[in-house]
Amino acid sequence: MGVGIEVKDLNAWYGSNHTLQDINLNIQPNEATALIGPSGCGKSTFVRCLNRMHETNPIAKVTGSVRIGDLDIYNDASPVEVRRRIGMVFQRPNPFPTMSIYDNVASGLRLNGFRNRRVLDEVVERSLKHAALWDEVKDELKKKSGASLSGGQQQRLCIARALAVDPEVLLMDEPASALDPVSTAKIEDLIFQLKSQYTIIIVTHNMQQAARVAERTGFFLNGKLVEFDSTHKIFTNPRDKRTEDYITGRFG
Amino acid sequence: MSSRYKTGKATQIWRSATNHMATGLAVLSTVLVVAPLIAIFVYLIYKGASSLNLAFFIKTPRAVGEPGGGMANAIVGSALLLGIGSLIGVPIGIASGVFLAEFGRGGKLANAVRFTADVLNGVPSIVMGIAIYSLIVLPQKHFSALAGGVALGIMMIPTITRTTEEMLLMVPHSIREAALGLGVPNWRSVLSITLKTASPGIITGCMLAFARVAGETAPLLFTAFGNQFWSANLNEPIAALPLQIYVYAISPYDEWHRLAWAGSLVLIVLIVLSVSLVRFVTTRGVLKGAN
Ligand SMILES: Nc1ncnc2c1ncn2[C@@H]1O[C@H](COP(=O)(O)OP(=O)(O)O)[C@@H](O)[C@H]1O
Ligand SMILES: [Mg+2]
Repeated sequence: MGVGIEVKDLNAWYGSNHTLQDINLNIQPNEATALIGPSGCGKSTFVRCLNRMHETNPIAKVTGSVRIGDLDIYNDASPVEVRRRIGMVFQRPNPFPTMSIYDNVASGLRLNGFRNRRVLDEVVERSLKHAALWDEVKDELKKKSGASLSGGQQQRLCIARALAVDPEVLLMDEPASALDPVSTAKIEDLIFQLKSQYTIIIVTHNMQQAARVAERTGFFLNGKLVEFDSTHKIFTNPRDKRTEDYITGRFG
Repeated sequence: MSSRYKTGKATQIWRSATNHMATGLAVLSTVLVVAPLIAIFVYLIYKGASSLNLAFFIKTPRAVGEPGGGMANAIVGSALLLGIGSLIGVPIGIASGVFLAEFGRGGKLANAVRFTADVLNGVPSIVMGIAIYSLIVLPQKHFSALAGGVALGIMMIPTITRTTEEMLLMVPHSIREAALGLGVPNWRSVLSITLKTASPGIITGCMLAFARVAGETAPLLFTAFGNQFWSANLNEPIAALPLQIYVYAISPYDEWHRLAWAGSLVLIVLIVLSVSLVRFVTTRGVLKGAN
């Protein structure tokens, strides 16, 4: 089941670049939340703070608190534990090139020491079905490399890989920006179905996409969260002038 | 609008000419690279093949003047020396390469290790022989296969270290992020993902190092020393193909000269065979579409 996320006074830096400034928001469980804003406004940095990937960069720094469910991720858990509970899908599909489709999906469990064959088989099948990829790959699961799939299939493989470790939250950083329209539509359908089981945060620069998949939308600008509200409100009647300018295409 | 994309006759001829010229240059340089290799091979076969017979592979050398004899002990000796060398060089080389690329990045220790590897790479092999002579042979008071293997192993380290480092650094950042994002601890991700992704290049580096030291004579002169007889004792002097070739080649006897040629031919063929074997074994089971 998905869990809620509570972000308080989150600040993030790359070196001396104050990338995120005083971010506060509450994300509802089992909803899709879209994050929009011009390039470089800090959307990726924000989602990377939610699973403690930000700190893998040696010049990065974070302050503030993030609660995922009842877990204070910066105080109660190690980065590794946090990342197991929060799945991430990146902008460019990044399957492990030396692994088969099966091994890609099983990798999260295997690399954490899980070996039971029967259970792995089940998890792989279930995750691939969840990611709407099963029918396309089921005959060549162990023979084909993950890297040999098309871009759209690779991205769904990465989603299956993230789902296989049974996360509570799924972070997606522009998951469809490198894909063609048909693959994009498939990913969007998928997000719709996955919402019932996971809390989803999706970064997108495509406003129609945000409008289609997300219940709530946050608008970032220059490292600040300008406005956060129901998607309908943001797109029809934003409170802030800057949000309105952005969604009507006056800048960005 | 479309006229902008039409090309004139002259342009077409010019493009086609440069295209052919570039292809010609590429073919020419390929020939220049491959020709010496083929020439050496043909010459070795011409000079050495006639002295190759079963005895060469199963007999030990005879005294001067006695006909026949072979290099069986030298072939086995070389295999042993290279085995010891690889046991030392491959793990240490890969481990330090992993340290340079993944853990010590930019640190003082990493810079020291990198500098050492580069210096080690530049140490002439004869100096390596003398160094091992004074470090192992003198204290032990006898030449030994072990000393020879250590010398070869140390010579393999820098090549393997630097190729491992370079190959690891070539693994895309996105792959590492994928592993970390799954909640895999960093050390685990390095061992199971990064190293595995880079393994074809690392194996090539190991084979390069192997092939290079397989033909080394100088570091063995003061360490393995050579041996006319059978020995598989790591604490005794041991024969090696390059040493045997060296002794035969500088001798004044025609018979020995022919054996030296035959030995060189065998050495090269064995190197090519072992490299191909490693390639074959390590590329089996590679998946469809993996690169
Ligand atoms: N690895 C990095 N090192 C230094 N600065 C970075 C790095 N990644 C992002 N930044 C900076 O952080 C700011 C926010 O970037 P990012 O979060 O990637 O924005 P977005 O995803 O909204 O396009 C930008 O000014 C960018 O230059
Ligand atoms: Mg981004």
